[in-house]
Amino acid sequence: MNKLFGRDFVRFFVLILVQVLVLDHINLHGYANPSLYIYFILLLPFEIPGFLLLLLAFLIGFGVDSFSNSIGLHTFATVLIAYLRPWVIRLAGPPAEYEGNLKPGIADMGFRWFFAYSMVLVLAHQLVLYTLESFRLAEIGSILLKTLTGSILTLALIVVVEYLFMRKR
Amino acid sequence: MRHIFAFIWKHNFFFLFLVLEVVSLIFIANRSFYHRSVLSNGTDRFTGSVLTTWSGITSYFSLKQENIRLANENARLQRILTQSQITKDTTSLMVADTSYNQQYRYTVAKVIGNSTSRRDNYIMLNKGLKHGIRRDMAVLSPDGVVGTVVSVSENFSWAMSLLNKHTRISARIARINQMGTVVWDGGNPSVGTLQDIPAHVKVLPGDTISSSGFSHIFPEGIMVGTVEEIYVEEGAHFYTIYFRFSADMNSLRNVYVVKNLFRDEQIELSKDVIDE
Repeated sequence: MNKLFGRDFVRFFVLILVQVLVLDHINLHGYANPSLYIYFILLLPFEIPGFLLLLLAFLIGFGVDSFSNSIGLHTFATVLIAYLRPWVIRLAGPPAEYEGNLKPGIADMGFRWFFAYSMVLVLAHQLVLYTLESFRLAEIGSILLKTLTGSILTLALIVVVEYLFMRKR
Repeated sequence: MRHIFAFIWKHNFFFLFLVLEVVSLIFIANRSFYHRSVLSNGTDRFTGSVLTTWSGITSYFSLKQENIRLANENARLQRILTQSQITKDTTSLMVADTSYNQQYRYTVAKVIGNSTSRRDNYIMLNKGLKHGIRRDMAVLSPDGVVGTVVSVSENFSWAMSLLNKHTRISARIARINQMGTVVWDGGNPSVGTLQDIPAHVKVLPGDTISSSGFSHIFPEGIMVGTVEEIYVEEGAHFYTIYFRFSADMNSLRNVYVVKNLFRDEQIELSKDVIDE
Protein backbone atom coordinates (compact mmCIF):
# COMPACT_ATOMS: atom_id res chain seq x y z
CA MET A 1 0.00 0.00 0.00
CA ASN A 2 2.83 2.37 0.87
CA LYS A 3 4.66 1.74 -2.34
CA LEU A 4 1.47 2.29 -4.28
CA PHE A 5 0.92 5.61 -2.60
CA GLY A 6 4.50 6.65 -3.36
CA ARG A 7 3.96 6.02 -7.07
CA ASP A 8 0.88 8.24 -7.11
CA PHE A 9 2.76 10.92 -5.21
CA VAL A 10 5.57 11.03 -7.78
CA ARG A 11 3.09 10.86 -10.65
CA PHE A 12 1.26 13.90 -9.27
CA PHE A 13 4.27 16.19 -9.59
CA VAL A 14 5.72 14.70 -12.77
CA LEU A 15 2.39 15.04 -14.59
CA ILE A 16 1.92 18.69 -13.54
CA LEU A 17 5.44 19.55 -14.74
CA VAL A 18 5.09 17.67 -18.04
CA GLN A 19 1.74 19.36 -18.60
CA VAL A 20 2.79 22.95 -17.95
CA LEU A 21 6.36 22.85 -19.26
CA VAL A 22 5.93 20.70 -22.36
CA LEU A 23 2.36 19.85 -23.37
CA ASP A 24 0.91 23.33 -22.93
CA HIS A 25 3.25 24.47 -25.70
CA ILE A 26 1.89 21.96 -28.20
CA ASN A 27 -0.33 23.93 -30.46
CA LEU A 28 -1.55 23.33 -34.00
CA HIS A 29 -3.31 26.52 -35.05
CA GLY A 30 -4.74 26.87 -31.58
CA TYR A 31 -6.30 23.42 -31.56
CA ALA A 32 -5.09 20.05 -30.34
CA ASN A 33 -3.84 20.77 -26.85
CA PRO A 34 -3.69 17.54 -24.79
CA SER A 35 -4.43 17.43 -21.05
CA LEU A 36 -2.34 14.44 -20.03
CA TYR A 37 -2.39 15.41 -16.34
CA ILE A 38 -5.83 13.85 -15.79
CA TYR A 39 -4.10 10.49 -16.28
CA PHE A 40 -3.32 10.94 -12.57
CA ILE A 41 -7.05 10.83 -11.70
CA LEU A 42 -7.61 7.81 -13.95
CA LEU A 43 -4.87 5.77 -12.27
CA LEU A 44 -5.78 6.35 -8.62
CA PRO A 45 -6.57 3.02 -6.90
CA PHE A 46 -10.14 1.68 -6.90
CA GLU A 47 -10.41 1.71 -3.13
CA ILE A 48 -9.40 5.36 -2.65
CA PRO A 49 -11.81 7.20 -0.28
CA GLY A 50 -14.15 9.64 -2.02
CA PHE A 51 -13.01 12.74 -0.18
CA LEU A 52 -9.34 12.06 -1.01
CA LEU A 53 -10.19 11.55 -4.69
CA LEU A 54 -11.93 14.95 -4.83
CA LEU A 55 -9.21 16.77 -2.89
CA LEU A 56 -6.42 15.35 -5.06
CA ALA A 57 -8.37 16.34 -8.18
CA PHE A 58 -8.73 19.85 -6.78
CA LEU A 59 -5.00 20.06 -6.03
CA ILE A 60 -3.75 18.85 -9.41
CA GLY A 61 -6.21 21.12 -11.23
CA PHE A 62 -5.10 24.04 -9.10
CA GLY A 63 -1.46 23.19 -9.79
CA VAL A 64 -1.96 23.24 -13.56
CA ASP A 65 -4.05 26.41 -13.31
CA SER A 66 -1.53 28.38 -11.30
CA PHE A 67 1.07 27.95 -14.06
CA SER A 68 -1.12 29.53 -16.74
CA ASN A 69 -3.01 32.06 -14.61
CA SER A 70 -6.31 30.32 -15.36
CA ILE A 71 -7.25 29.77 -11.71
CA GLY A 72 -10.38 27.66 -11.29
CA LEU A 73 -10.69 26.45 -14.87
CA HIS A 74 -8.80 23.16 -14.82
CA THR A 75 -9.72 22.80 -11.15
CA PHE A 76 -13.43 22.77 -11.97
CA ALA A 77 -13.13 20.29 -14.85
CA THR A 78 -10.87 17.91 -12.90
CA VAL A 79 -13.03 17.88 -9.75
CA LEU A 80 -16.01 17.12 -11.98
CA ILE A 81 -14.43 14.03 -13.53
CA ALA A 82 -13.24 12.90 -10.09
CA TYR A 83 -16.88 13.04 -9.02
CA LEU A 84 -17.96 11.09 -12.12
CA ARG A 85 -15.21 8.48 -11.75
CA PRO A 86 -16.89 6.01 -9.31
CA TRP A 87 -20.03 6.15 -11.46
CA VAL A 88 -18.09 5.45 -14.66
CA ILE A 89 -16.25 2.56 -12.98
CA ARG A 90 -19.58 1.03 -11.97
CA LEU A 91 -20.85 1.53 -15.51
CA ALA A 92 -17.76 0.05 -17.16
CA GLY A 93 -18.26 -3.03 -15.03
CA PRO A 94 -16.28 -3.78 -11.88
CA PRO A 95 -13.19 -6.00 -12.06
CA ALA A 96 -14.28 -9.55 -12.98
CA GLU A 97 -12.40 -11.37 -10.24
CA TYR A 98 -11.83 -8.89 -7.50
CA GLU A 99 -8.59 -9.71 -5.74
CA GLY A 100 -8.27 -6.56 -3.68
CA ASN A 101 -5.16 -5.09 -5.31
CA LEU A 102 -6.28 -4.59 -8.88
CA LYS A 103 -5.59 -1.12 -10.27
CA PRO A 104 -7.33 0.78 -13.06
CA GLY A 105 -4.92 0.24 -15.93
CA ILE A 106 -4.46 -1.84 -19.05
CA ALA A 107 -2.33 -4.40 -17.21
CA ASP A 108 -5.05 -5.33 -14.72
CA MET A 109 -8.29 -4.48 -16.50
CA GLY A 110 -7.51 -5.04 -20.16
CA PHE A 111 -7.35 -2.58 -23.02
CA ARG A 112 -11.07 -2.41 -23.79
CA TRP A 113 -12.11 -1.67 -20.21
CA PHE A 114 -9.42 0.96 -19.72
CA PHE A 115 -10.05 2.65 -23.05
CA ALA A 116 -13.81 2.96 -22.52
CA TYR A 117 -13.30 4.20 -18.96
CA SER A 118 -10.69 6.79 -20.06
CA MET A 119 -12.70 7.92 -23.06
CA VAL A 120 -15.79 8.87 -21.06
CA LEU A 121 -13.81 10.82 -18.48
CA VAL A 122 -11.47 12.51 -20.98
CA LEU A 123 -14.40 13.62 -23.16
CA ALA A 124 -16.27 15.00 -20.14
CA HIS A 125 -13.16 16.83 -18.95
CA GLN A 126 -12.37 18.41 -22.32
CA LEU A 127 -15.96 19.44 -23.02
CA VAL A 128 -16.38 21.15 -19.65
CA LEU A 129 -12.92 22.72 -19.88
CA TYR A 130 -13.38 24.35 -23.28
CA THR A 131 -16.99 25.38 -22.65
CA LEU A 132 -16.02 27.11 -19.44
CA GLU A 133 -12.91 28.62 -20.99
CA SER A 134 -14.69 30.32 -23.85
CA PHE A 135 -18.17 30.72 -22.32
CA ARG A 136 -19.60 32.18 -25.50
CA LEU A 137 -22.37 30.60 -27.51
CA ALA A 138 -20.93 32.12 -30.68
CA GLU A 139 -17.79 30.01 -30.29
CA ILE A 140 -19.64 26.68 -30.00
CA GLY A 141 -18.03 25.39 -33.19
CA SER A 142 -14.52 25.97 -31.98
CA ILE A 143 -15.42 24.57 -28.54
CA LEU A 144 -16.58 21.29 -30.08
CA LEU A 145 -13.58 21.10 -32.39
CA LYS A 146 -11.20 21.72 -29.51
CA THR A 147 -13.02 19.10 -27.41
CA LEU A 148 -12.70 16.54 -30.17
CA THR A 149 -9.06 17.17 -31.08
CA GLY A 150 -8.03 17.59 -27.44
CA SER A 151 -9.74 14.33 -26.45
CA ILE A 152 -8.18 12.32 -29.27
CA LEU A 153 -4.70 13.62 -28.44
CA THR A 154 -5.14 13.13 -24.70
CA LEU A 155 -6.43 9.56 -25.15
CA ALA A 156 -3.63 8.70 -27.56
CA LEU A 157 -1.02 10.02 -25.12
CA ILE A 158 -2.59 8.16 -22.20
CA VAL A 159 -2.54 4.87 -24.10
CA VAL A 160 1.08 5.39 -25.20
CA VAL A 161 2.22 6.28 -21.67
CA GLU A 162 0.20 3.38 -20.26
CA TYR A 163 2.01 0.88 -22.53
CA LEU A 164 5.41 2.52 -21.94
CA PHE A 165 5.18 2.20 -18.18
CA MET A 166 3.20 -1.06 -17.99
CA ARG A 167 4.37 -3.44 -15.31
CA LYS A 168 4.64 -7.02 -16.43
CA ARG A 169 2.33 -9.31 -14.50
CA MET B 1 -29.86 20.00 13.43
CA ARG B 2 -28.31 16.64 14.16
CA HIS B 3 -30.25 15.16 11.28
CA ILE B 4 -28.84 17.74 8.90
CA PHE B 5 -25.27 16.93 9.94
CA ALA B 6 -26.00 13.23 9.67
CA PHE B 7 -27.40 13.80 6.20
CA ILE B 8 -24.38 15.83 5.07
CA TRP B 9 -22.02 13.24 6.54
CA LYS B 10 -23.82 10.44 4.78
CA HIS B 11 -23.49 12.24 1.45
CA ASN B 12 -20.08 13.77 2.15
CA PHE B 13 -18.81 12.81 -1.33
CA PHE B 14 -21.51 14.90 -2.97
CA PHE B 15 -21.25 17.86 -0.61
CA LEU B 16 -17.45 18.04 -0.80
CA PHE B 17 -17.80 17.95 -4.60
CA LEU B 18 -20.26 20.84 -4.41
CA VAL B 19 -18.00 22.92 -2.16
CA LEU B 20 -14.92 22.40 -4.36
CA GLU B 21 -16.81 23.28 -7.54
CA VAL B 22 -18.24 26.42 -5.98
CA VAL B 23 -14.75 27.46 -4.87
CA SER B 24 -13.44 26.93 -8.43
CA LEU B 25 -16.31 28.93 -9.88
CA ILE B 26 -15.63 31.82 -7.50
CA PHE B 27 -12.00 31.80 -8.66
CA ILE B 28 -13.08 31.84 -12.30
CA ALA B 29 -15.75 34.50 -11.92
CA ASN B 30 -13.69 36.81 -9.76
CA ARG B 31 -10.07 36.59 -10.71
CA SER B 32 -9.09 39.80 -8.94
CA PHE B 33 -10.42 38.33 -5.70
CA TYR B 34 -7.88 35.56 -6.06
CA HIS B 35 -5.07 37.89 -7.05
CA ARG B 36 -5.51 40.03 -3.98
CA SER B 37 -5.33 36.98 -1.72
CA VAL B 38 -2.22 35.77 0.11
CA LEU B 39 -2.55 32.45 -1.70
CA SER B 40 -1.77 34.03 -5.06
CA ASN B 41 1.49 35.50 -3.75
CA GLY B 42 2.58 32.04 -2.65
CA THR B 43 1.66 30.31 -5.92
CA ASP B 44 3.32 33.08 -7.93
CA ARG B 45 6.54 32.64 -5.99
CA PHE B 46 6.46 28.88 -6.51
CA THR B 47 5.50 28.86 -10.20
CA GLY B 48 7.85 31.77 -10.78
CA SER B 49 10.87 29.89 -9.48
CA VAL B 50 10.02 26.71 -11.40
CA LEU B 51 9.50 28.65 -14.61
CA THR B 52 12.70 30.69 -14.11
CA THR B 53 14.74 27.49 -13.88
CA TRP B 54 13.02 26.00 -16.92
CA SER B 55 13.40 29.11 -19.09
CA GLY B 56 17.06 29.26 -18.02
CA ILE B 57 17.51 25.89 -19.70
CA THR B 58 15.32 26.37 -22.77
CA SER B 59 16.42 29.92 -23.60
CA TYR B 60 19.67 28.53 -25.03
CA PHE B 61 17.77 26.89 -27.85
CA SER B 62 16.45 30.17 -29.21
CA LEU B 63 19.58 32.31 -28.84
CA LYS B 64 20.14 32.55 -32.58
CA GLN B 65 16.58 33.70 -33.33
CA GLU B 66 16.73 36.13 -30.44
CA ASN B 67 19.99 37.68 -31.66
CA ILE B 68 18.60 38.24 -35.13
CA ARG B 69 15.53 39.87 -33.64
CA LEU B 70 17.58 42.23 -31.48
CA ALA B 71 19.96 43.10 -34.34
CA ASN B 72 16.97 43.99 -36.53
CA GLU B 73 15.60 46.20 -33.81
CA ASN B 74 18.97 47.93 -33.38
CA ALA B 75 19.09 48.64 -37.10
CA ARG B 76 15.62 50.16 -36.98
CA LEU B 77 16.53 52.37 -34.03
CA GLN B 78 19.81 53.45 -35.63
CA ARG B 79 17.84 54.63 -38.62
CA ILE B 80 15.68 56.89 -36.46
CA LEU B 81 18.69 58.43 -34.68
CA THR B 82 19.28 62.02 -35.79
CA GLN B 83 22.94 61.29 -36.50
CA SER B 84 22.05 59.03 -39.39
CA GLN B 85 19.81 61.59 -41.04
CA ILE B 86 20.91 64.42 -43.30
CA THR B 87 19.62 67.85 -42.45
CA LYS B 88 17.71 69.27 -45.41
CA ASP B 89 17.66 72.93 -44.57
CA THR B 90 20.28 75.26 -43.28
CA THR B 91 18.16 77.17 -40.82
CA SER B 92 18.34 75.46 -37.49
CA LEU B 93 15.85 75.63 -34.70
CA MET B 94 16.63 76.02 -31.03
CA VAL B 95 14.46 73.99 -28.71
CA ALA B 96 14.25 74.32 -24.97
CA ASP B 97 15.10 70.97 -23.43
CA THR B 98 12.13 71.03 -21.11
CA SER B 99 9.73 70.72 -24.02
CA TYR B 100 11.08 67.22 -24.61
CA ASN B 101 10.00 65.49 -21.44
CA GLN B 102 10.29 61.77 -21.47
CA GLN B 103 6.88 60.11 -21.61
CA TYR B 104 7.70 56.41 -21.64
CA ARG B 105 10.13 54.46 -19.51
CA TYR B 106 11.31 51.06 -20.79
CA THR B 107 12.27 48.17 -18.51
CA VAL B 108 13.70 44.94 -19.88
CA ALA B 109 12.03 41.73 -18.67
CA LYS B 110 12.32 38.09 -19.51
CA VAL B 111 9.34 35.91 -20.44
CA ILE B 112 9.45 32.86 -18.17
CA GLY B 113 5.95 31.49 -18.74
CA ASN B 114 3.83 31.78 -21.86
CA SER B 115 0.98 29.91 -23.47
CA THR B 116 -0.76 30.27 -26.82
CA SER B 117 -3.07 27.27 -26.73
CA ARG B 118 -5.72 28.55 -24.32
CA ARG B 119 -8.62 30.90 -24.94
CA ASP B 120 -7.18 33.30 -22.37
CA ASN B 121 -3.41 33.35 -22.50
CA TYR B 122 -1.15 35.02 -19.99
CA ILE B 123 2.59 35.68 -19.93
CA MET B 124 4.68 35.48 -16.78
CA LEU B 125 7.53 37.98 -16.53
CA ASN B 126 10.54 37.77 -14.22
CA LYS B 127 10.09 41.29 -12.86
CA GLY B 128 7.61 42.57 -10.28
CA LEU B 129 6.83 45.32 -7.77
CA LYS B 130 10.47 45.39 -6.68
CA HIS B 131 11.53 46.40 -10.20
CA GLY B 132 8.89 49.08 -10.61
CA ILE B 133 6.40 47.01 -12.61
CA ARG B 134 2.79 48.03 -12.02
CA ARG B 135 -0.62 47.13 -13.38
CA ASP B 136 -1.62 48.51 -16.80
CA MET B 137 1.88 48.87 -18.17
CA ALA B 138 2.45 47.92 -21.79
CA VAL B 139 4.47 44.84 -22.79
CA LEU B 140 6.30 45.08 -26.13
CA SER B 141 8.64 42.74 -27.92
CA PRO B 142 11.26 43.97 -30.42
CA ASP B 143 8.72 43.05 -33.13
CA GLY B 144 5.67 44.78 -31.73
CA VAL B 145 2.84 44.82 -29.20
CA VAL B 146 2.56 41.79 -26.89
CA GLY B 147 0.14 42.63 -24.08
CA THR B 148 -0.67 44.48 -20.86
CA VAL B 149 0.42 43.82 -17.27
CA VAL B 150 -2.59 42.69 -15.23
CA SER B 151 -1.22 41.50 -11.91
CA VAL B 152 2.04 42.02 -10.09
CA SER B 153 3.62 40.27 -7.12
CA GLU B 154 6.88 41.05 -5.34
CA ASN B 155 9.23 39.45 -7.90
CA PHE B 156 7.02 38.42 -10.83
CA SER B 157 4.17 39.72 -12.89
CA TRP B 158 1.46 38.35 -15.18
CA ALA B 159 0.70 40.08 -18.45
CA MET B 160 -2.47 39.48 -20.45
CA SER B 161 -1.25 38.55 -23.90
CA LEU B 162 -2.87 39.68 -27.16
CA LEU B 163 -4.22 36.13 -27.30
CA ASN B 164 -6.96 36.70 -24.73
CA LYS B 165 -10.68 37.32 -25.03
CA HIS B 166 -10.46 40.35 -22.73
CA THR B 167 -7.83 42.08 -24.88
CA ARG B 168 -9.03 45.22 -26.68
CA ILE B 169 -6.33 47.48 -28.05
CA SER B 170 -6.90 50.74 -29.82
CA ALA B 171 -5.00 50.62 -33.13
CA ARG B 172 -4.91 52.34 -36.48
CA ILE B 173 -4.13 51.45 -40.04
CA ALA B 174 -1.16 53.72 -40.61
CA ARG B 175 -1.62 54.34 -44.35
CA ILE B 176 -5.18 55.64 -44.19
CA ASN B 177 -5.08 56.80 -40.58
CA GLN B 178 -8.27 54.95 -39.55
CA MET B 179 -8.89 53.85 -35.97
CA GLY B 180 -10.04 50.40 -34.97
CA THR B 181 -9.97 47.88 -32.14
CA VAL B 182 -7.73 44.82 -32.01
CA VAL B 183 -9.28 41.65 -30.53
CA TRP B 184 -8.55 37.92 -30.73
CA ASP B 185 -11.27 35.43 -31.66
CA GLY B 186 -9.42 32.34 -30.47
CA GLY B 187 -7.96 29.60 -32.62
CA ASN B 188 -4.87 30.50 -34.61
CA PRO B 189 -2.32 32.18 -32.32
CA SER B 190 -0.76 34.20 -35.13
CA VAL B 191 -3.94 35.82 -36.49
CA GLY B 192 -5.90 38.61 -34.82
CA THR B 193 -9.01 40.59 -35.74
CA LEU B 194 -9.32 44.31 -36.30
CA GLN B 195 -12.81 45.69 -35.82
CA ASP B 196 -14.51 49.07 -36.20
CA ILE B 197 -12.83 50.20 -39.43
CA PRO B 198 -15.63 51.87 -41.43
CA ALA B 199 -16.51 50.00 -44.63
CA HIS B 200 -16.32 53.05 -46.88
CA VAL B 201 -12.51 53.35 -46.72
CA LYS B 202 -10.23 51.22 -48.86
CA VAL B 203 -8.13 48.71 -46.92
CA LEU B 204 -5.51 46.59 -48.71
CA PRO B 205 -3.82 43.36 -47.71
CA GLY B 206 -0.36 44.23 -46.41
CA ASP B 207 -1.43 47.46 -44.70
CA THR B 208 0.36 48.05 -41.40
CA ILE B 209 -1.61 48.13 -38.16
CA SER B 210 0.03 50.01 -35.28
CA SER B 211 -1.00 51.22 -31.85
CA SER B 212 -2.90 54.50 -31.77
CA GLY B 213 -1.51 55.84 -28.52
CA PHE B 214 -5.00 56.72 -27.33
CA SER B 215 -5.21 54.04 -24.66
CA HIS B 216 -2.77 55.73 -22.22
CA ILE B 217 -0.96 52.37 -22.13
CA PHE B 218 0.84 51.83 -25.43
CA PRO B 219 3.14 54.39 -27.02
CA GLU B 220 1.95 55.57 -30.41
CA GLY B 221 3.07 53.80 -33.58
CA ILE B 222 4.14 50.44 -32.16
CA MET B 223 3.59 47.72 -34.75
CA VAL B 224 0.72 45.28 -34.11
CA GLY B 225 0.48 43.40 -37.39
CA THR B 226 -0.17 43.40 -41.13
CA VAL B 227 -3.56 43.03 -42.81
CA GLU B 228 -4.21 39.66 -44.46
CA GLU B 229 -7.91 39.22 -45.23
CA ILE B 230 -10.70 41.77 -45.36
CA TYR B 231 -14.41 40.97 -45.04
CA VAL B 232 -17.52 43.03 -44.89
CA GLU B 233 -20.88 41.48 -44.13
CA GLU B 234 -23.86 42.54 -46.18
CA GLY B 235 -25.38 45.65 -44.65
CA ALA B 236 -22.60 46.05 -42.10
CA HIS B 237 -20.94 49.42 -41.65
CA PHE B 238 -17.62 48.04 -40.48
CA TYR B 239 -15.01 45.67 -41.84
CA THR B 240 -13.85 42.51 -40.14
CA ILE B 241 -10.14 42.47 -40.86
CA TYR B 242 -7.92 39.47 -40.14
CA PHE B 243 -4.27 40.33 -39.66
CA ARG B 244 -1.01 38.60 -38.79
CA PHE B 245 0.61 39.64 -35.49
CA SER B 246 4.04 41.15 -36.03
CA ALA B 247 5.31 39.64 -32.77
CA ASP B 248 5.59 35.85 -32.79
CA MET B 249 3.61 35.13 -29.63
CA ASN B 250 4.92 31.59 -29.45
CA SER B 251 8.62 32.43 -29.19
CA LEU B 252 8.71 35.44 -26.87
CA ARG B 253 11.91 35.70 -24.81
CA ASN B 254 12.97 39.28 -24.04
CA VAL B 255 10.34 41.98 -23.79
CA TYR B 256 10.08 45.61 -22.70
CA VAL B 257 7.66 46.69 -20.01
CA VAL B 258 6.71 50.27 -20.75
CA LYS B 259 5.51 52.76 -18.19
CA ASN B 260 3.59 55.81 -19.38
CA LEU B 261 4.83 58.54 -17.03
CA PHE B 262 1.85 60.77 -17.79
CA ARG B 263 -0.81 58.09 -17.48
CA ASP B 264 -2.28 59.33 -14.19
CA GLU B 265 -2.53 62.85 -15.54
CA GLN B 266 -4.20 61.65 -18.75
CA ILE B 267 -6.72 59.52 -16.88
CA GLU B 268 -7.46 62.31 -14.44
CA LEU B 269 -8.14 64.59 -17.39
CA SER B 270 -10.46 62.18 -19.16
CA LYS B 271 -12.31 61.65 -15.89
CA ASP B 272 -13.06 65.36 -15.80
CA VAL B 273 -14.49 65.14 -19.29
CA ILE B 274 -16.78 62.26 -18.39
CA ASP B 275 -17.98 64.07 -15.29
CA GLU B 276 -19.09 67.07 -17.34
